[in-house]
Amino acid sequence: MSEGATLERAPRATPAADLPPTLRRNAPLVPTDTSAGRALAAVIAILTFLAALCAGGAEIVASSAAQWQGSVAQEVTIQVRPGPGRDTDADVATAAALAAATPGVAATRPFSKGESERLLEPWLGSGLDLGDLPVPRLITVRLGSGTPDLGSLRQRLAEALPGVASLDDHALWLSRLSTMANTVVGVGIAVVALVLLATGLAVTFATRGAMAGNREVVEVLHFVGADADFIAREFQRRFFRLGLRGGGIGAAAALGVIGLGGALARLWRAGPAGDEIEALFGGFAIGWRGYASVVLIGVIASVVTAVVSRLTVRRFLD
Amino acid sequence: MDARTDRGTGSSLLGGMDEPVVRFENVGMRYGVGPEVLSDISFTIAPHSFQFLTGPSGAGKTTLLRLILLSVRPSRGLVSVFGEEVSGISSEALTSLRRRMGVVFQDFRLLDHLTTYENVALPLRVQGRAETSYRAEVVELLRWVGLGERMHVLPPLLSGGEKQRAAIARALIARPELLLADEPTGNVDPQLGRRLLRLFVELNRLGTSVLIATHDFALMDLVDARRFILGNNRLRIEG
Repeated sequence: MSEGATLERAPRATPAADLPPTLRRNAPLVPTDTSAGRALAAVIAILTFLAALCAGGAEIVASSAAQWQGSVAQEVTIQVRPGPGRDTDADVATAAALAAATPGVAATRPFSKGESERLLEPWLGSGLDLGDLPVPRLITVRLGSGTPDLGSLRQRLAEALPGVASLDDHALWLSRLSTMANTVVGVGIAVVALVLLATGLAVTFATRGAMAGNREVVEVLHFVGADADFIAREFQRRFFRLGLRGGGIGAAAALGVIGLGGALARLWRAGPAGDEIEALFGGFAIGWRGYASVVLIGVIASVVTAVVSRLTVRRFLD
Repeated sequence: MDARTDRGTGSSLLGGMDEPVVRFENVGMRYGVGPEVLSDISFTIAPHSFQFLTGPSGAGKTTLLRLILLSVRPSRGLVSVFGEEVSGISSEALTSLRRRMGVVFQDFRLLDHLTTYENVALPLRVQGRAETSYRAEVVELLRWVGLGERMHVLPPLLSGGEKQRAAIARALIARPELLLADEPTGNVDPQLGRRLLRLFVELNRLGTSVLIATHDFALMDLVDARRFILGNNRLRIEG
């Protein structure tokens, strides 16, 4: 049929010009604002919120652990045990001199007898005369830049003060801390992955429901000449929009909660327990990496929603 | 009505040399393991021809239309549409065949969440065309079928006759080579029915093959066209 032939008798006006400005012309072909759609957006929002909180928590632990590790690894400790017939002060001075002579050591600080005894106060109480007790003495050795040869220091201490001085580089504690932090981060990643999987499954069911609920729409689209790809795209667009809405709300809520937590932590830090809270949680701040991962989880949830819905529709149509 | 349709015997503006638009050979159709609802159906629809499909309710008119629309496949026999045999047809080929047909369903099948304008524009939209490229055509056609003032209305708010005209406009908008209509005048008063029929006749005069399923004999008497009569699962052709 020739172009325009169907409308041969139709009035030739300038129809587009006087279209009502409020006329809706390109509404989504798959209805979006349905109760099922809102429910799915809510599910995605909740899942995103939980995943983002989890990621934020893991990030707090990881960055606090890194902070602790950083400050702990800056120091090693030499313990000098008092022995019968030994001049402990001289032993301490020898050990401190050995440490100070080691390349890469920035400073040494021997604890005096009084200071060492004070370290025991939390356990033994104050007002005790500890003069007769063989209280070990500590020397903190602050490490500078570069990697000091702690092995040779340990050996030289053993040679100069056998059975008296020992070097503790906190390696055991550090490795435990790092294991703990890695475990928390690993659990966090696993939970985020599980939540995204749950999102994918929820979307699969929701898409199947939507396909069944929109069977009429799909059929009409087929009859008017839409191919499967076009229909899949329309569904994908709808679900991506729902996913974006859900993911956005979930991520925003998570950011809000983390922000609130940070504000509360700052408030508490002023109080008596502040130091402990700060020591445990760092600043309760997740840094740009944490914020980025929360936002990323929201985006990934939306993308998962879109991709899963498209695959589900294609499988349904094929 | 001064219908100037061909007698549908294959003679046409181009002299009957064209390949048939639709060809059925000994087609039988059953749903599941039930009895055949159509048996040994053979006919052709020539290009530019006009025909009615009639018969009592339940005779299989809608099934026959669905077979032509390729929404169901025959249990036996051969169906070819636009020269293409439809058994084992690919989904791409199916889409391109459907784009050459327009269909008016008995129950209209308008999408309730789209405006009348969007419903009518649907066949063009699914081809991936930009809205601005077809706006004038859609508005023109809507005005022609008398829906110029109703284009922003959602179908649930349209009257039966308005829905019918919207469905017809949707079937016509992409200028199909074959128009299938299932009781297209069933819900309108006789005067509007005649007007709609004139629309189909006009469309046919411009080259589209038309098949109208109806049991309105008064309507059929208005056009001198071939009649496919379904009864007892078989097809008889008159005229």
